[in-house]
Amino acid sequence: MDNIMATLRTPKGCLGCLGLVVVLIALFVGGLMLGGIVNENYHMPEISLAAEEIPLPFELPFFGHSVPNTLPATWLTMLLLIAVSFFATRSMKEVPSGLQNAVEAIVEMFYRFIEGVAGAHQAPVFFPLVATFFFFILISNWMGIFPGFGSVGLWAEHHGETVLVPFLRSANAHLSTTVALAIVSVSATQYFGLKLVGRPFLRRYFPFFFKSAPVEKEKPAATGFAAVIGKVAAIMEKGSNAFVGILEFISEFIKIMSFSFRLFGNIFAGEVLLIVVAFLCAFLASLPFMALELFVGLVQALIFSMLSLVFFMMATAHHD
Amino acid sequence: MWPESYEAVTQAAAAITIALGAALPAFSIGWMGSKAMEAIGRNPEASGDILTNMILAIAFAEAIAIYALVVALAIKFVPVAALAH
Repeated sequence: MDNIMATLRTPKGCLGCLGLVVVLIALFVGGLMLGGIVNENYHMPEISLAAEEIPLPFELPFFGHSVPNTLPATWLTMLLLIAVSFFATRSMKEVPSGLQNAVEAIVEMFYRFIEGVAGAHQAPVFFPLVATFFFFILISNWMGIFPGFGSVGLWAEHHGETVLVPFLRSANAHLSTTVALAIVSVSATQYFGLKLVGRPFLRRYFPFFFKSAPVEKEKPAATGFAAVIGKVAAIMEKGSNAFVGILEFISEFIKIMSFSFRLFGNIFAGEVLLIVVAFLCAFLASLPFMALELFVGLVQALIFSMLSLVFFMMATAHHD
Repeated sequence: MWPESYEAVTQAAAAITIALGAALPAFSIGWMGSKAMEAIGRNPEASGDILTNMILAIAFAEAIAIYALVVALAIKFVPVAALAH
């Protein structure tokens, strides 16, 4: 206790700490002064739900005269992932070192995690796709926080007024990217189910067609009223099974929507949050929100890949 | 009672959408978390399993909140002129 008091009273330690706190508070207050709350002439940048189109001087076959600005971000993510894997596996050594070592550590950590969830038998089958989802979504989310994303662009005419069209926007802030990922995930569920379980996989959509031979013991033949009730119950059971099958089929499409909107909503809302906070306070206040965005990017990548993995496992679980 | 301008209704609609749409998932996530904590307290060895399943269930609940957020953002940021046609 006396040592602490002695340190606090020492001019050197006390002054330094105090000076740092004063500088931080001054930065924050200065940021508020410069920010949008106080200045009426400082307008918030345009936030658009749809990805802005970058007008091109030439014409592309599929896109036409403009390209959505999430596309270069997707290309950058792909470039980064491909470059890292290329350089990490260029001259592979038995005892890894350098980039190969780092990449091996990351991949192995993720593989252990998947093995814990899916079991050692099925993990090698699911790992490539799930890891691709995870690393693609993670890298594209984290790249969206980089300086330059959403701030560097060109001015273009849009609905009669000039707006800034940024060259780069977080790749998952466009519904097309997330819907594409979701479609791949749900299609892969059907593919794994059909490949690993075979035809009985379709039992979940058509429960009355493909049901295996009934394994119930032989019930004594009922007579009279009980027989009629039994037959009615059997018909109703078939009907409700058919309804459940239809519901399962519809729920696959709802899964596509759910996957895509979860990812899109999180990333787009994060972008809007960063824009608004940076607008309100010019310095310092963005930092905790940037950290939040890093965390949210990681969690959303994890959730997308984990949910895909769980659906794969549910599709290939052997009931019998 | 209802304001004449579309702008006012837009603001109110966006606010109510996200307020209600985030309150109920928040409640359900808290409930799930508390049940998971109870389960871990009763059986600390299964904490890995419990954690994985809890995160899964929380992801589903949070997705509902995100749907509400997307609807609120769409109400707020899709310009009126675009909807007029």
